[in-house]
Amino acid sequence: MTAFGTAAGRPLQGRGGSPGFQFTLYGVLAVVIMYLDQRVHYLEHVRYALQATTYPIQLAVNSPPSAWRWLRESFQTREALRAENERLRARQRDLELLAMRYDALAHENGELRGLRDALPPVAERWLPAEIINIQLSGLRQRLLINRGASNGVFKGQAVLDDRGLIGQTTHVGPWSAEVILITDPEHAVPVRVDRTGLRTIAVGGGDGSSLALPYLPANADIRSGDLLLTSGLGGVFPEGYPVARVSEVHRDAVQPLAQVRAMAFSHIDSDTEVMLVWFRAGHPAAPAATASKATDVKSGNAAMQPLAAPPRASAPKRAEPPAPAPAPAAATEAPAAQGDSPPPADTPADTPADQPQVPPR
Amino acid sequence: MITVAQVRVRMALTALIALILTVLPLPMWLDVLRPAFLVLTVLYWSINTPRAGGIGLGFACGLMLDIFQGPVLGEHALALAIVAYIAVREHQRIRSKPAFQQSLLVFAALVFYEFVVFAIDGWTGHPGTSPLRWLHCLTGAIVWPPAAAILSYTEGRLA
Repeated sequence: MTAFGTAAGRPLQGRGGSPGFQFTLYGVLAVVIMYLDQRVHYLEHVRYALQATTYPIQLAVNSPPSAWRWLRESFQTREALRAENERLRARQRDLELLAMRYDALAHENGELRGLRDALPPVAERWLPAEIINIQLSGLRQRLLINRGASNGVFKGQAVLDDRGLIGQTTHVGPWSAEVILITDPEHAVPVRVDRTGLRTIAVGGGDGSSLALPYLPANADIRSGDLLLTSGLGGVFPEGYPVARVSEVHRDAVQPLAQVRAMAFSHIDSDTEVMLVWFRAGHPAAPAATASKATDVKSGNAAMQPLAAPPRASAPKRAEPPAPAPAPAAATEAPAAQGDSPPPADTPADTPADQPQVPPR
Repeated sequence: MITVAQVRVRMALTALIALILTVLPLPMWLDVLRPAFLVLTVLYWSINTPRAGGIGLGFACGLMLDIFQGPVLGEHALALAIVAYIAVREHQRIRSKPAFQQSLLVFAALVFYEFVVFAIDGWTGHPGTSPLRWLHCLTGAIVWPPAAAILSYTEGRLA
């Protein structure tokens, strides 16, 4: 089987320079492009144009799955549609019940914060976007969505689904945008542990559903089952959106840091739509406005400043641990103190008298 | 006898199909095994029509690939241009080999390509530490004989 894959018309008239010349030309060009893209960020417009030209290819790639989905939906039986309708109606009823008290709670929250009116919701506007392409390799976890600059999408916009945070936009084209997922190893999201208020950073785990919390000391108060919310720092995500739930905590006696993993709430493998959200500027829970685009180390990122948000009423300080049994020193003077001081066991240690009791959530 | 222009049209068409195969969403375990179709296509044209501009094709395809999945523009473009250059330089030696030996050479080329991408990833601060990224070199070498046969078929019939 010699001369495998022989072409019929081998003798070709060559044009252009010698291979060496061509290689030098293209090699230098590629290196210059890399430099401009990586170091000076000059190529946003080039990327924008290239993303526009590749959009038809993306649509073509996506057409078989979407055609299949369309076929399946149009040939659904009446029974199945009826059942789905039933389910959706029940869900809507439940959600309305949950939302019923929302206005009153928002008003009460505003009063507790010392504001005259209730705060408007932090999400000002949102837009559903269809997922065109998913890349879920271990190194890159990206989505391509069918909304771009023509819909007002901007770089670094938060993307959510109905269960939690998904990621943020990285490259925005005219009609499409690339979204980096929170589970991408290159993505980090500032989070807060809901139970304790402990703030840390969750880095993508690289397997499509998990995150790692690599910066927690071994004695940090965190345990499996803890809820992680966005902390509002970092200038991209607003405060208080669910991110993940801690799934395992390893404390190794030799390691100074705890190894913590968490499972993301969003299920990107079953989603077909995501939500792009615009947040109300100036809202206490909104991400800080990105004043400048310069994010290099020397000048610092203006978006990385902590927010001047008033303390939240819903995050109570952890109660003092219950007083231990009388120490030996106290025991020796106990007979003297017996008459005039009330016994310390009367006030429950969990709720000090000077703090209002916070109802359990 | 076909002209350079005709060959270039075929190069572009097959590269487009290879690009679509490369970015087609697949489940994660299959994605790891997916051969680098674009590299195979560029290799084929560089070996069999060395004077029709395989290096330029590699550069253009690489730039497209960078838009889809490159952390930095120009990364795959450089890697593909280098691989295409080597293939053009050595095309006579590679072309005369039987299919199995060609597969071995393609394997070496794929490993070299992946190494260039890996190195640029590291230099630009996107280190990917998963050893699974090298797995596609093996499947690419296995897929090479049928892929080359299909490409040569296209080349003959589209005339």
